[in-house]
Amino acid sequence: MDRKILLENIDIPGIQSFETFRSCGGYLAVEKALKTMAPDEITEEVKKSGLKGRGGAGFPAGMKWSFIDKKVDKPRYLICNADESEPGTFKDRYLMEKIPHLLIEGMICACYALGANTGYIYVRGEYKYIIGILNKAVREAYEAGFLGENILGTKFKLDIVVHSGAGAYICGEETALIESLEGKRGNPRIKPPFPALVGLYGSPTVVNNVETLANIGYIVNNGGEKYTQIGLGRSTGTKLISACGNINKPGVYEIELGVSVRDFIYSDQYCGGIKNNKELKAVIAGGSSVPILPKDLILKTASGEDRLMTYESLSDGGFVSGTMLGSGGFIVYDEDACIVRNTWNLTRFYHHESCGQCSPCREGTGWMENVLHRLENGEGRSKDIDLLVSIAAKIEGKTICPLGDASAWPVASAIRHFRHEFEFHVQHPEIVKNVNHGSLAKYVG
Amino acid sequence: MLGKRINHSLHQKQNIVVCFSGPTLEKVLKIISRYPEGKQKSAIIPVLHIAQEEFGGYLNVDTMDYVAGLLGIEPIEVYEVATFYSQYYLDPVGKYVIETCRTGPCAICGGEAIQSYLEKKLGIKTGESTPDGLFTLKTVECLGACGYAPVMQINTEFYEFLTPQKIDKIINTLTKKSEEEKAENSKWTEKFF
Amino acid sequence: MLKVTIDNQTIEVEEGTTILQAARLIGGAIVPPAMCYYSKLKDSGGKCRTCLVKVAQGSSRDPRPMPKLVASCRTPVMDGMVVQNITSPEVIETRKAIVEFLLINHPLDCPVCDQAGECDLQNLSYQNGNEETRFEEAKRTFDVIDIGDNVQLHMNRCILCYRCVYTANQLTDKRVHGILYRGDVSEISTYIQTDISNDFSGNIIDVCPVGALTDKTFRFKNRVWFLKPMNASRSCTKCSGKVTAWMRGNEIYRVTGRKDQYGEVEEFICNECRFEKKAVSDWTIESPRNIKRASVISQNHYTRLKNPSVILPLEEKMGKSPYGETKSINDKQS
Repeated sequence: MDRKILLENIDIPGIQSFETFRSCGGYLAVEKALKTMAPDEITEEVKKSGLKGRGGAGFPAGMKWSFIDKKVDKPRYLICNADESEPGTFKDRYLMEKIPHLLIEGMICACYALGANTGYIYVRGEYKYIIGILNKAVREAYEAGFLGENILGTKFKLDIVVHSGAGAYICGEETALIESLEGKRGNPRIKPPFPALVGLYGSPTVVNNVETLANIGYIVNNGGEKYTQIGLGRSTGTKLISACGNINKPGVYEIELGVSVRDFIYSDQYCGGIKNNKELKAVIAGGSSVPILPKDLILKTASGEDRLMTYESLSDGGFVSGTMLGSGGFIVYDEDACIVRNTWNLTRFYHHESCGQCSPCREGTGWMENVLHRLENGEGRSKDIDLLVSIAAKIEGKTICPLGDASAWPVASAIRHFRHEFEFHVQHPEIVKNVNHGSLAKYVG
Repeated sequence: MLGKRINHSLHQKQNIVVCFSGPTLEKVLKIISRYPEGKQKSAIIPVLHIAQEEFGGYLNVDTMDYVAGLLGIEPIEVYEVATFYSQYYLDPVGKYVIETCRTGPCAICGGEAIQSYLEKKLGIKTGESTPDGLFTLKTVECLGACGYAPVMQINTEFYEFLTPQKIDKIINTLTKKSEEEKAENSKWTEKFF
Repeated sequence: MLKVTIDNQTIEVEEGTTILQAARLIGGAIVPPAMCYYSKLKDSGGKCRTCLVKVAQGSSRDPRPMPKLVASCRTPVMDGMVVQNITSPEVIETRKAIVEFLLINHPLDCPVCDQAGECDLQNLSYQNGNEETRFEEAKRTFDVIDIGDNVQLHMNRCILCYRCVYTANQLTDKRVHGILYRGDVSEISTYIQTDISNDFSGNIIDVCPVGALTDKTFRFKNRVWFLKPMNASRSCTKCSGKVTAWMRGNEIYRVTGRKDQYGEVEEFICNECRFEKKAVSDWTIESPRNIKRASVISQNHYTRLKNPSVILPLEEKMGKSPYGETKSINDKQS
């Protein structure tokens, strides 16, 4: 189970450049698409492939494309969401840095399928050097005739603009991203209407993640059917997993969906086990907003089966005993990790990144941070734990965008699975005051 | 953070003349022209990045009003955007803004120790600048480089797998380099082409 | 026409009508409260989350329920939609939660707030709030900034409904204030020292659901419940000149737009009418405004209750007065 789609050619020297990329079979998908396929055929193939959005929500990409309103007389837009900001996630940066033309090839095919003549790549502002890499790649593609007017002698015309963010996690939410691209504050829009009908500049718009678009070339070349043969069941294809935390080999790995979590953590092909020979304590499997799972539940499902790296297996058991594949940000915690401190840390992140537009998130994230801060600093009381559960429940599902849920899930899951650590913080204020991050394992059973 | 008093005092216009140099202006206008007719406001984020870099490392009222003029929008629309995004600085900063990532994955890999080390090394607290105006120390939330933790950025250049030794080296190099101009190829104006 | 059922009451509405608008057409207790939505301001709504309702059936074509509660002010009605507002415990529970969120950093300085007595947040808390707070931290406070001679900004009281921003955008040529910063430190501000002043800027006071924007020319002059709101008019070149003059004796203390039962002005008025015309001789005083019986402003202004011994406050809040028709003192006089 280690077939690759995206990173197959990653080690070829010079693959960053157009020439090398092209000589390795790059842009063949564009030729095939523009010369032999009708736009809707491509959408059909993507639908057939079962490719799920790789940004975190996992919405089927082909379905998203088919929602686009092709009847209105307005320009259509494709936006590539490269505002990678979910803690634990750094796969898109890797892809764009190492093999930028894979993204551009996918975007051209996608734009052709959607009938879009302009594509935007919205890159987070901190990835300044990636913006340089992408602009160079875009320039090369223009020079080679893959962008601009009459691409490959057809009537199809496409411009790609690389756009920059400026430090706002919320702009990874597709409607906030559109607002930001329009030059406004990154406040998510109230849906409906969805971007497929009213998106950028009021026009039909599709927003796809970098990795999603990078898969399109393969699907065009080989057909959706072939894509489904990779992966496991409904989790088709491969997934980039960015592994970090207390492991021996942090980095970006392309896995065929279906690898077992145990293999992913312990095999030398991937994470290479826990650093310093420590014990695994917990994992956040899909970016910081998905529920944290303790060792026993991340390795095996509640029913005792091996947990696999697939959308379905990771979410087995719902939020009671499962989690989500999310964006593929795989954060591993060793035995020394303090769950309370970690939860406080992540909550502070969401508090900092809340746009402030809707009341539950604006007020609730800061409140949770306050409560967690006092727990972590030995000033908490036992009722604080239930207070946190209650605040999280009151944010979840009540906000305009998923940031509310993203802030509530880590808190709710940490208390669900590690309540004893929170209680320890309440019962032993003198210890938690003096003992910093980690090493609490000595005290907590 | 706790029981907070928010001190967003009003800013002053200094009535200084702000204007991009010829070549930079040409690039800025080119960036603006990439967006559809009538949607020039879209260029605000890239243009503010360049303006911040060109005009002293932060965005003062005069700079923002100039950008508003270039884009044909009201100044308040620029203030709204500039105050929303964390990469824009509204008050003067040092020549090098050091921002250490403090979010989860970096924190469990020693990010907090790195920040303490930087404070000690530079002799300033987070949020302060060195008296010579060379360094400003800040923290930042997730930089999307969690596999290379701990991480910091200095004027949007990433520094990864940080150790105290590495920090010593970086700070020393920058202290020496401060006499020279920043390398031309790391500028925002270059990144957009 | 689309058929929609809200809390078991069915109505037919035109396409494009939102759930909240449909509820207002039905009227009564089933109308969701709205802190940020304002029917006269385009794009308003969706932010405060007080109007969240449950859609138990999406439409007759697709009868599945919607997975989350939806903002009734921004969700269009579908044919055959079934909505639960006060009949859903989940909605009531959520509304309580929203009130709690809105109040944790609110100063609760009603005793010194000019908005007290006509404050949407006060009413909302009274109807949906908890008696106790679970928030023990110090509240967030903002430095006071001066936005001119006409309007007083109390940022601490603001719930960030954005109405004043939409008002400035949609009513005036040049907006000089906006929402700055982000998250829970975002605030209404001008960023630089400048006055919010143009012919229609005073309307930001009327649209403000709380005491964040109040009339400086009325500041600390009187409590609203001591005043009698009267319909008044004058011929004005800038606006309709149709206002509410808030009187005590023969003095006009304050001029505002005429607000309907949902607290929205019928017509926006100009600053000249609002701030400069305070003499009775400036106006033709027409008739008393109809004030909701439940409002504190109606206190001492109404007589001839048919059955004063019956006290049924709950039913009264539900919109059905047990007292029958009420008449005002002023009616008798006129």
